[in-house]
Amino acid sequence: MIAEIGHLLAFLALASALAQSLIGLTSGGEPVRRLALVTSLTSIGAFGALIVSFVTLDFSLALVAGNSHSLKPMLYRVAGAWGNHEGSMLLWCVIMAGYGAAAALTMRTDALRDRALGVQGLLTAASLAYLVFASSPFTRLDPAPLDGGGLNPLLQDPALALHPPFLYLGYVGFSFVFSIAAAGLILGRIDRDWARRTRPWALAAWSFLSVGISLGAIWAYYELGWGGWWFWDPVENASFMPWLVGAALVHSLIVTQKRGGMSAWTAFLAVLAFCLSILGAFLVRSGVLTSVHAFAVDPERGLLLLAGLAAAGGGAFSLYAWRAPRLLAGPEFDPVSREGALVLNNLFLSVAAALVLFGTVLPLFGQAVGASMSIGEPYFQLTLAPMMGILFLFLPFAQGATWRRAEIAPMLPRLAAAAGLSLLAAGIAFGVYRESPWILPGVAIGAWIIAGALTDLSRRVSPGGWMRALGLSASVWGMTIAHVGLGLFVVGAAVETAARRDQTFVLSPGESAEMRGRTFRFDGVREIEGANYYATEARIVVTRDGVEEVMTPQKRFYPVAGTPTTEVAIRKTLGGDVYVALGDQVRETPGAWRVRISHHPLIDWVFGGAILIALGGFLSLASRRRRDVPVSAPEGAPASSVPDVQSGAEAPA
Amino acid sequence: MRKRSQRLWLIGAAGLLVASGVALAATALKDTVAYFYSPSDLVEKNAAQAGRSARVGGLVEAGSVRRGEGAAVEFRITDGSHAAEVSFDGLLPDLFEEGQGIVAEGRFDGSGRLVAERVLAKHDENYMPREVYEALKEKAGAAAPASYEARPAGAPAT
Repeated sequence: MIAEIGHLLAFLALASALAQSLIGLTSGGEPVRRLALVTSLTSIGAFGALIVSFVTLDFSLALVAGNSHSLKPMLYRVAGAWGNHEGSMLLWCVIMAGYGAAAALTMRTDALRDRALGVQGLLTAASLAYLVFASSPFTRLDPAPLDGGGLNPLLQDPALALHPPFLYLGYVGFSFVFSIAAAGLILGRIDRDWARRTRPWALAAWSFLSVGISLGAIWAYYELGWGGWWFWDPVENASFMPWLVGAALVHSLIVTQKRGGMSAWTAFLAVLAFCLSILGAFLVRSGVLTSVHAFAVDPERGLLLLAGLAAAGGGAFSLYAWRAPRLLAGPEFDPVSREGALVLNNLFLSVAAALVLFGTVLPLFGQAVGASMSIGEPYFQLTLAPMMGILFLFLPFAQGATWRRAEIAPMLPRLAAAAGLSLLAAGIAFGVYRESPWILPGVAIGAWIIAGALTDLSRRVSPGGWMRALGLSASVWGMTIAHVGLGLFVVGAAVETAARRDQTFVLSPGESAEMRGRTFRFDGVREIEGANYYATEARIVVTRDGVEEVMTPQKRFYPVAGTPTTEVAIRKTLGGDVYVALGDQVRETPGAWRVRISHHPLIDWVFGGAILIALGGFLSLASRRRRDVPVSAPEGAPASSVPDVQSGAEAPA
Repeated sequence: MRKRSQRLWLIGAAGLLVASGVALAATALKDTVAYFYSPSDLVEKNAAQAGRSARVGGLVEAGSVRRGEGAAVEFRITDGSHAAEVSFDGLLPDLFEEGQGIVAEGRFDGSGRLVAERVLAKHDENYMPREVYEALKEKAGAAAPASYEARPAGAPAT
């Protein structure tokens, strides 16, 4: 019964979304606002019905039968609702409608909001139609099975339960950025006010995407037993491309908002980010990249997504081609200026996104001409590391640059200290881990970003002393925290990648292995029983400087799914993680097991840095809410007379 | 006049960057792209040249798995008509077993044996490495994988 209500609500949401798009695109006002709320509430109702079906284990629902089991813990019963194709598509619709409702509640009423809600309604209607007609989560089974098939045990993990919602808040968040860009193009108004009202949505989507990607990387690190956190897998790249374009967008929006410049380019990025999100959904959902037969089994889904991409992208880019030439160019600026620096940032990030796109889809084309090839980590490292490295060298200069025209000379004494610090940090890191010369540039650049961000912060507060720091706007803090996070990430990623130590030992009870000053004594295994699995647990005593600690990696078997998983044991230390995974039993020697022991230096810097980047994004978002006064930018005003709203410390020397 | 010079340096910078991006991609591709071969391809195309990187996929031949010192293991990958020798030193994926469809990635040594750096096995019931599936021309009977649920063991989700 509940499922039928859910199904009905999904249809009601579809009808409401259609009405929302019709009214939003033609007239607007209070009706479209109400319809946006109705679309959102009905979608949430449908999703609630699905969650209730999952929690109450209604196995007559095909989706529940296929993805849940009576032995599953409660958290994963709920998470099971989106741990599959149909349920996650419903989540996609709910979030899309939710962004529409959030805009209806917070944006001031005018044509831009009405058109944006109209476009958002159209996107939501298309997604809901795809849901109810091509992948309905409310399909019944007759007769109902007695128990379900369970959720893939690898996915029964808190980080992964939260990973899809955050990822979708990011991916789908770009849908509203797309809508507001389309609305701006329809009205021919991509100006400072448009940028000011678009920026919170772009920042929110991009920050959520950062969190979602980080959660996935953290999960891969401890759940898969490989100790890697990024594999340049097509599915990962599918989320990384919108992230790169989103990063370019949140920077170019600054130029459009503060100076009225780069407006056509900003609108282009705003449209592109969501198109890449749909492309990502297509690459992941159609199965075209992981297994071509899955595509053949259900060509409908892949083709529908491709059609959706073509319609959204084609429509928006046609609109763009029609309107962009009429958009006003902003005031002039020197190559050496903050605008110039942000242009450079955008060029680098766009080329990086193009390189990732190329490496991700080239195997697809290879496949089409009959050459099966794979493009892996080396390609992405060789192309992205130099691109990003050069961009990051410029970053501290960019942060110190003034609008319109900047002088390099006054920055040099300030940044000399930062440069010295970064070289020192690189030397220290290389002294500690002499594994690879790549640590030197990696740590130097990471430390250079951090020192540069802090130099910039101290310049902003210096006239009034550190008490002034409290008065700085949230967006300055957001920028500083995000850039410090980026620096920490670069240092961590360089050290972790270059100095990771990883070795597999065969150990009989009582035998020991050594790694980086630690002794690992294997004390044998024991069998234990968990909530819905059996496990073999090893006892490993780690000794360092006479201090003993016990680590207990497990090998689990989930009878419902019939699959084994590896549950690693991780010991956090100041310098990084000690990571132990239990392999398989050695048949030839009774009692001996293969044990994989790894040391991941500075791994927390990688994840911590990524989380700080997201945090910085959210903080910048907070500052928008504080000053909700429309910026009236007189068209054609001389550039110098446009006040710098945000950075009060941006005083001319 | 100034408008024009601004446009010029913008286009110049963009052009330079795009050109270096293309050059980077081309050099990186040349060194790192790994083609997929079935064991029969290796024989027919004489592809097992020392030092070449490749992916070889098929079924783990029954009775071919030999454990060596420590974590070292050797086995053969078969597609029914030919078999390829593979050596690997590391933890095999949880689902590695004889008769299982796998893909080994690595470089060939002087004797034509693939020294694998990575071994991918199917991750759950829904996934069989695409190339193995094609090479074997078998029906895997798998449903469309839902997002992160079905992916190769060596290539996890975000």
